Amino acid sequence: MKSGIAILTVVAFASVPLWLRDPYLMNALITTGIFIIGAMSLNLLLGFTGQLSLGHIAFFGIGAYVSALTSLGFDVGLPFGFRIVHHPWPPIAGFVLAIAIAGLCGYLVGLLSFRVRGAYFVIVTISFAEVVRLVALNWVELTQGPLALTNIPSITVGLPGLGDLTLRTKLQNYYFVLAVAVVTYLLISRLVHSHFGRAMRGLMENETLAVSVGIDVTKTLTLAAVISAGIAGAAGSLYAHYIRIIDPEVFAFINTVTMVIMVITGGKGSLAGPVVGGMIFGLLPVFLRPIMAPKAQWIAYGGVLIIILFVLPRGIVPSLALRFAKRRSRPETVAPVTFSERDAKEHA
Amino acid sequence: MSEFLQHLINMLVLGGTYALLGIGLTLIFGIMNVVNFTHGILYTFGAYIMFIVVHQLGVNFFLALPLAVVAGWLLGAAIELSLLRPLRGSDIDTTMLVMIGAWIAMQSGALWIWGGVAKSVTTPFPEAPLVLGPVSVSWLRLFVLAAAAMLIVVTYLLINRTKLGCAMRATFQDQDTASLMGVNVDLIYTSTFAIGSSLAAAAGALLGPVYVIFPQMGDLAAVKAFAIVILGGLGNITGAVIGGFILALAEELGAGYVSSGYRDAMGFLIIIAVLIFKPTGLFARSERVG
Repeated sequence: MKSGIAILTVVAFASVPLWLRDPYLMNALITTGIFIIGAMSLNLLLGFTGQLSLGHIAFFGIGAYVSALTSLGFDVGLPFGFRIVHHPWPPIAGFVLAIAIAGLCGYLVGLLSFRVRGAYFVIVTISFAEVVRLVALNWVELTQGPLALTNIPSITVGLPGLGDLTLRTKLQNYYFVLAVAVVTYLLISRLVHSHFGRAMRGLMENETLAVSVGIDVTKTLTLAAVISAGIAGAAGSLYAHYIRIIDPEVFAFINTVTMVIMVITGGKGSLAGPVVGGMIFGLLPVFLRPIMAPKAQWIAYGGVLIIILFVLPRGIVPSLALRFAKRRSRPETVAPVTFSERDAKEHA
Repeated sequence: MSEFLQHLINMLVLGGTYALLGIGLTLIFGIMNVVNFTHGILYTFGAYIMFIVVHQLGVNFFLALPLAVVAGWLLGAAIELSLLRPLRGSDIDTTMLVMIGAWIAMQSGALWIWGGVAKSVTTPFPEAPLVLGPVSVSWLRLFVLAAAAMLIVVTYLLINRTKLGCAMRATFQDQDTASLMGVNVDLIYTSTFAIGSSLAAAAGALLGPVYVIFPQMGDLAAVKAFAIVILGGLGNITGAVIGGFILALAEELGAGYVSSGYRDAMGFLIIIAVLIFKPTGLFARSERVG
């Protein structure tokens, strides 16, 4: 039944361009889709290993810059008289490199930051993102600094039997983003239901117990960070080639917060959570625009985040699933128990 | 050499206010185990109170400072009572996200009310700086240093010499035992958050007139406060003071000898380095948990 809903959802999304002609809404849907891919990657860490990474936008931004620079080419001087000259490559190579380099950064950050937990992990990840932002701002020779990288080419994909297709229109970009999102969803779904996924969840529930049954903590967490960062890098690459201009503001902390809000609202630790939360928060500005000033929108964002945490701390999807399961009185479909709930039981 | 001396003078002025920020956050972090993302907003708030009181109400500059501290105290108590008290006992991630929500809402509120244009506060101090041999320092900055030093001493006495401070320290060590000994933990939490917030507001009120005032000024201040807390160790006031001066020194030297663009990167680099090489902080007394 679950796969039925999933297929229906994909078909529904695929049919959107057939009846939606408004370019403004199409644009909102494409950027929302890109951010949902980022939110799904964040959910892999936050929802399945319990590590709140507030520097996630760093991987997104690194993906965007790597992809943009690969397809634009660059010429930078290094200390001791070395120079690196790179001639433009096709954007699709940038897309692949973005995933690889963001994943590598995820490995390095994971290696360093998983020595600490909880609040310290959060602060290390924020610091990493801010350092990357300051490098992007100050290494003007490579990144143009605040002047931004402009004229980033659109992605060209080779279709078997149809030749090359350059994604210039919103329609083409919409389907490409949808395809990447579906692949990401399937990948994360496979991961979560594998042995590795059970190891991650075991760690989240009880780290000491997980270690005692032979789960390698550092290896599991680092692998999760690499995959999560790689997916975020892919999302960043899509963003760079769709928007076609990238400046250091892409690393702004508020962008991480947007992804976190999407995951928390939809439901962390639920596969569909980031999609539901992402659709709500991605499209909320579109509907708020006619009735609210942009400044007031952010006040509403902060307020909604607080209200969700007070009213639906588990998020929308797990809460609905729980209600649905109660009605059908089938206890095996109950969503996984979250931290706060388990603590509440222990205190009782 | 004179350039280095000038950096040292600047470090002293900056370090004093950084220490105030750090003490406020380390109290909240240490006693309440809350990662307080509204700390930066309280800093911004203190600066704006200074601007409003001096320019719109026409009150004396020296009177405006205590008013900013009181306003920060009230806002902090309000945040604690409305957002943190109902969430007592929930996990650290939930309170952190609620604090992020409050921060976004309040910062956007500040942008809405006061606009994005930077404002500056006129001060009663003479324009000409005090020249001491090869170095010079403005009278305003000297006043900032003196006021910060006074507030640090007051906070230190409050924590170590009063009954409230004793109850706060007891709560930090063991909340359950403290509550068995008759400490009203709810009251301690509200007081802690209010005191920490008023120190952040004081830091903003002091540094606001030195630089300019704008709604996002608190963002970097908050991260610097986190760096200071991590440097000094959780809940360690002396550590926070020393951490504040170390961060100020790192920023001054980084800006002077590396590149001014990387001045603000110093705090983050310190956080990363400390957590990798000495995760208990430089002056740790107790075991770090969490």
